[in-house]
Amino acid sequence: MLRYVIKRMITIPFLLLGVASVAFVLSQMTKGDPLAALLPERMMSNPEVVAAVKAEWGLDQPLPVRYGIYIGNLLQGDMGTSFTTRRPVAQDIAERLPATLELVIAAMIVGSSVGIGIGLLSARFKNSALDIGTRGFALLGSSVPIFWSGLIFLYIFTVRLDWAPGTGRLDARSTPPPDITGMYTIDALLSGQMTTFIEALSHLLLPALILGWTVTGIVARLVRSSLLDSLGQDYARTARAKGAPERVVLLNHALPNALIPVLTILGFTFAYLITGAVLTEAIFSWPGIGSYAVTASRSLDYPAIGGVTIVGATAFLLANLVTDIAYAWANPKIKVSQ
Amino acid sequence: MTAIPDIRVVPRWRRSRAVLSVLGQLPLTGKIGLAILVFWLLVLITISVLPLPDPLAMAGRRLQPPSIEFWLGTDALGRDVFSRTLWGAVYTIPIAFAVVLSAVAIGSFMGAIAGYSGRWADSVIMRAADVTLSFPPILLAMTVAATLGPGLSNAAVAMVIVWWPIYARLMRAQVLEVRTREHVEAAIAGGAGRMRVLRVHILPLCWTPTLINATMDFGQVALLAASLSFIGLGASPPTPEWGSMISEGATRFYSWWIAMGPGLAILSIVLATSFLGDGLRDIFDRRSRT
Repeated sequence: MLRYVIKRMITIPFLLLGVASVAFVLSQMTKGDPLAALLPERMMSNPEVVAAVKAEWGLDQPLPVRYGIYIGNLLQGDMGTSFTTRRPVAQDIAERLPATLELVIAAMIVGSSVGIGIGLLSARFKNSALDIGTRGFALLGSSVPIFWSGLIFLYIFTVRLDWAPGTGRLDARSTPPPDITGMYTIDALLSGQMTTFIEALSHLLLPALILGWTVTGIVARLVRSSLLDSLGQDYARTARAKGAPERVVLLNHALPNALIPVLTILGFTFAYLITGAVLTEAIFSWPGIGSYAVTASRSLDYPAIGGVTIVGATAFLLANLVTDIAYAWANPKIKVSQ
Repeated sequence: MTAIPDIRVVPRWRRSRAVLSVLGQLPLTGKIGLAILVFWLLVLITISVLPLPDPLAMAGRRLQPPSIEFWLGTDALGRDVFSRTLWGAVYTIPIAFAVVLSAVAIGSFMGAIAGYSGRWADSVIMRAADVTLSFPPILLAMTVAATLGPGLSNAAVAMVIVWWPIYARLMRAQVLEVRTREHVEAAIAGGAGRMRVLRVHILPLCWTPTLINATMDFGQVALLAASLSFIGLGASPPTPEWGSMISEGATRFYSWWIAMGPGLAILSIVLATSFLGDGLRDIFDRRSRT
């Protein structure tokens, strides 16, 4: 298993290099000269700025040298300067990443726990109305355009029912908790500010529910089918024969085994969540890297989008690696041959 | 000299006599999905003769809620949302179709080469696929679309770049599996050329998973196209494209009906293709039946 993990870890730098190379090629393809990917139009007339940027990114050098410089800059964490915020992209992203992580983690918790719950219910009451209803609910979550369901939910729960607060991470006039992790709910808890915690949590709830709903279906479908599979196994039959009630068979015998395949798709759902987070953040004015990328793409701010894309791909690759390791660790049956 | 028997194997979906018999085997959800898609196709074909108000012109007072006259209300410019929603099919459906078709063509071609020739072509193509699949789809599409500039056709190119590796992997796996079957060995022993073996003996058996996946992806592509337009990288106003209509609705928050039609339209297409795809998989791909 160790060999497998090491092997997987070796491929990651190569994939990251590939990701960076794609970002480089795209930055060279922006309309006109590559300077357009580094400098906003209004700064092009300033010869000093142009000369400085040309030197930093080696634009007077031949292509292979430029590529080397690009990768070198990336390795030092330099992703260029955003056209819109006029600050280093890396700094922008570092500031906004905790908000996205908070949202994605909350959505993952919501999505997988509701998904497991639905999977349990529909496996226990197979083909009943409950089964069909919960599966329909889960399917709806993965099919609905999130930028639309977000709007509708905001309208219903905020405008009409006034159950949920508006957009953003906190009420407009509140001050954020002291910056420890950058995740408001955790920071508020760590510094003992209960009112801020509740406020942050209530702001987090609706976007996290909507984002989590998108992966509920994937999790529920998998839990249901692997539970049904486990319930038909010999050990489940033995447990029943020894007089265990069906609830015990389901929860104590079948569920632990059925959860192993769920581990494998967590990495996969992470990709869904990143995609969904981009759109959810745009709807809920959530100041994470997703809404940053959306604002950036509306103004064709190439360095900013490129930066978010590289960070997103890195996160995605790491999530997949963690998933693989967790799977290999959780399931001793797996003989990894490659 | 005895005649060499025809050892070509025809896949299930071609062997089945008529398309009708396949339709008959579809589960209820599959039939519903198919009906929804047929509905949108009919809308697409007949849209110019339907008695609908001009989707780009003012039809009544601004921001009217749904009524008998305006089934889905009017938007911020007084345009009929119902008419605009139906017109949205003209943009989304052909684009999703073109993207899926191109991704299938490019991906399958690459996958077939990778699976059949092996060696360096296999490595190069599959590593390229790995790298492409390392990106979260929407971020890659956003980067490509931002590079090429906004517009529906650029968004379509971006989506083909996002989707081809999926079909390359599918086709490669199929080719690798089919090429070891006995009828292929027999064909090679019979002296058939490499290209002929691939074309006549291997490829016809490889299309089933691709077909099922393409059906399901159609809805996902439509969804991503709308997402890109929502962000501002696809269609731009005043085009009655679903994503950009929802984006207009997002700025007129209290007039919920502006986004209702396009949202339901996208949802119907995504649900329809996943129903139909599931149904087709049940019929053609009995191994993955659960």
